Amino acid sequence: MFVNKMTKHWRTFFAVSLTLASAACTQKPEPASALKPLAFGAALVESSGGKQIGATGMVLAQSLVVQVSDEQGTAVTGALVEFSGPAGVSFDPRSGLTDSSGQLSTNLVLGSIAGRYQLTAHTPAKARKPVELKIEEIALGIQQQVGYQLDNKYCARCHNPESTAERVSNYDNLQVKPHPFTEGDALNKISDADLTSIISHGGPALNKSALMPPYGYTLSKTEIEALISYIRLISDPPYHASGMVYAQK
Amino acid sequence: MKNALSSMWQTLFGHPVRAFGVVSLLLLISLAIAPAKNHFSEWRHYQKQYLALIGNRGDAKTLELHFHNHDGIQQIWLPGLGVVDRCTTCHVGLKEASLADVSTQPFRRHPVIPHTLDQFGCVMCHRGQGPATTVEEAHRSTAAWEQPLLPARYVQSSCGQCHRAPLTGTPQLNLGRNLLARYGCVHCHTIKLPDGSAIKPTDDPPSLFHIADKSTREWIYAWLKDPQAYAITATMPNFKLSDLDARDISAFLIANSTPLAGDTAPATKDKDEKAPDPTAGASLYGGSFCSSCHAVQNAAGNVVGGDVGPELTRVGTKVKPEWLRAWLRNPRVYDPLTAMPHYRLTDPQVNLLTAFLGNKADADLLANVHLDAATPEQIAHGKLLVTEYGCASCHEIGGIKKPDNFAPELTRIGSKPLTQIIFLPGMEHSTPAYISAKIRQPRSFGAALKMPQYTFAPAQIDALTTALLALTDRAHDLPMALTVPAQPGSNYQPAGKAGQLMADLACFTCHAINGRGGDLAPDLTWEGSSVQRPWLQAFLKNPGTLRPALIRRMPKFNLSESEITELTDYIMAVYQTPAFDRDSMPSSGYASAQVEQGRQLFYSKYACQSCHIIDTKVDKGYIGPTLTQVGSRLTAAWIYHWLKDPQAMRPGAIEPNRNMNDEDARALTAFLMMQKGSNKQEAKK
Ligand code: HEC
Repeated sequence: MFVNKMTKHWRTFFAVSLTLASAACTQKPEPASALKPLAFGAALVESSGGKQIGATGMVLAQSLVVQVSDEQGTAVTGALVEFSGPAGVSFDPRSGLTDSSGQLSTNLVLGSIAGRYQLTAHTPAKARKPVELKIEEIALGIQQQVGYQLDNKYCARCHNPESTAERVSNYDNLQVKPHPFTEGDALNKISDADLTSIISHGGPALNKSALMPPYGYTLSKTEIEALISYIRLISDPPYHASGMVYAQK
Repeated sequence: MKNALSSMWQTLFGHPVRAFGVVSLLLLISLAIAPAKNHFSEWRHYQKQYLALIGNRGDAKTLELHFHNHDGIQQIWLPGLGVVDRCTTCHVGLKEASLADVSTQPFRRHPVIPHTLDQFGCVMCHRGQGPATTVEEAHRSTAAWEQPLLPARYVQSSCGQCHRAPLTGTPQLNLGRNLLARYGCVHCHTIKLPDGSAIKPTDDPPSLFHIADKSTREWIYAWLKDPQAYAITATMPNFKLSDLDARDISAFLIANSTPLAGDTAPATKDKDEKAPDPTAGASLYGGSFCSSCHAVQNAAGNVVGGDVGPELTRVGTKVKPEWLRAWLRNPRVYDPLTAMPHYRLTDPQVNLLTAFLGNKADADLLANVHLDAATPEQIAHGKLLVTEYGCASCHEIGGIKKPDNFAPELTRIGSKPLTQIIFLPGMEHSTPAYISAKIRQPRSFGAALKMPQYTFAPAQIDALTTALLALTDRAHDLPMALTVPAQPGSNYQPAGKAGQLMADLACFTCHAINGRGGDLAPDLTWEGSSVQRPWLQAFLKNPGTLRPALIRRMPKFNLSESEITELTDYIMAVYQTPAFDRDSMPSSGYASAQVEQGRQLFYSKYACQSCHIIDTKVDKGYIGPTLTQVGSRLTAAWIYHWLKDPQAMRPGAIEPNRNMNDEDARALTAFLMMQKGSNKQEAKK
């Protein structure tokens, strides 16, 4: 009887924890930080460190820097900023006061599940709701990490319209425009099998342009799988594998 | 009290039958403890939770079937690896792909990695205690077991136990290993690798034999106090020297320096003397592609440029103009092994660049440095400090021997027993926490410690910690057959006069040949099979760019005719592939039908124009080299073989292998060989 009761208890626990987990569960707010703001701002913006692609469980290469300013757009020193994010994300520091340029910088470790992480920064404002800022970072698992590197080496020159110092984009030179891999609206509709087929055999495999070259003789099957898992992971809106059963009744 | 006890004794054991009953009962209870413990054990708990979890899912039947095949205590036993892992007792769903949405531990599916559980078990990667059957004992270090679970942020270190070469999936480990060499950690700390070799430093700290010819004592003082104040990218760490110690070390280094003939040069006077034109200096700096190797910090604070040579943001404050002039004229006089090429600059060009670089100065850096003439005591004290801080571990210093093993060896640091580590108060008791704290703030472990302070970003500290955590007993004791060795290093040397010329021009700084050299420019191992002789000659004389999208370019060295001939002869004769004869296909005279067929294939079936340009008016492809004159540049045999298998010709090439049939490859070769370019284009820069 005792065991039975336990099982039941755990069942509810599980239903609850899964709901939490599937709906990007946000951590319980930490006990109110001991810091007291010395000043208040009206706006909160990201200075740098957003939209990074990092690895699960690891510190991101760049720290996240946010800036508080007042109604006139002047930087506010001594404003309190607090960060929060889904379970498993840690900030160092989690909260702090802005420096003389109105900025606060934090080092960020993403959780151990691969995916997009929505983070929030907020700063209390005088006589109204706190100002909130949404920040997004991506954590890759080992497989997607491989996909990311392959994308950088082979695909990004055509598929990513943005140039970097090391890599000039070829996107504008293409007569038929490919989709950036983040474009979930287009790419989520293509099945894994079709993605495999277009990557292996080139555009014509799906009646698309031959400007998309075939990679089936250059990349291994595992590498193509890694690319697809990476494409699925960074997709925006997110990709949900069809036929997946959630533990909800 | 005593009465009560004795009456209880009476009730229980007063009568033999009763006593027997009580004793049997006790025995029974004690016998039941083990099964009860088993029944209420943590792992059973988890297994029941798991059943409850999967019971609600659509694929419950399959999942349950998998589970019932394997309930009870699970074990992965791999005698060859010394692995006895019972982790799968609680981590039941590791192999269940359909649990991708479950985020609760211990039921998460394992992320996809290149290995399977059955191959390697769990502790090879995650460490911890495989045979344990409670969470506490398996995950944490306990009195009985030392090895705690490895935090996820360092997990790539485990890949490094077997994989000695960089892996695509482990950027953090690769970075850490690079940093160990690049920041010179291994000058002081010996790190032997399991194959018997040792990690070699890649930072090349300058010799200080003739430092007084190059820099002033004031600059040395400022540099010693804070190297990063001079150059944000400086790899020299901060030794936190007191003002007096910096004064004495700088005194010693200057006093100890000997002059070197030819490493300084007075300004040459132009006939029609003019102040050097700063824009001409800037354009010579740009046109010589100095920034492929040297960085400069711009007004916005961004460091722009390569990291092969030192940052030049404030170089005018560091070096004396006479020295800089001689260096630009021929750097090999001062440092015979420098990675800097010997540009054949003319005197006016040297003057221009000297003036241009001299202007990259920062008066603030030395504004507060006032040093009186050094006394013999100061010099003697400076020498003592130089020995104490182990400066000669990195730098050649006259009269001071390079110390052996100046700092503790780190060969097995990843398995250092916790009992041998002295932790700081409040610090987590684990090897990763210890290593990263040592890197972050070495002197926090004791003000008298000599390890200097680096300015690493948190991600770099994690990377270094990861690389060090890979150096475990297991890594050293694994059977060789299980390890994936690194590419053996190559010390290939080209022979003869051409070899000397290539050393003088530092070709290997950017190009690799036969496994030796950099990756900033194409591998030249088979260059002689690939290019046509006249093209190579013209290119060495006046290197244009083939890939418009590249920022790094081949600099113009002002080579003499005889030097060009020497190099061309050598490359054409020696750097040939054994795979084919470069003259086996004609360079012209292809049938026009075949050329036309090639054109069709180029533009339609293979759509080469997405990356390459043939006709500058129509094509825009910007990834591969421009092909407008490929017929005068490459040999037909090379083109043909390249089309059939680019990676066989140059490993790692990004051009996709099209599995091209022979007819198509021949037609495309014919079409490409007809692209001779105009003579005008060729003569142009
Ligand atoms: C030379 C440029 C180029 C390169 C390199 C390239 N692609 Fe493409 N790709 C294209 C073009 C152009 C299209 C669009 C074809 C169409 O819509 O007809 C395309 C389409 C695709 C599609 C179909 C979805 C879409 O965007 O329409 C996928 C998937 C794809 N590419 C994956 C890859 C992968 C993976 C790589 C790297 C291994 C890669 N591509 C490299 C040019 C390129």
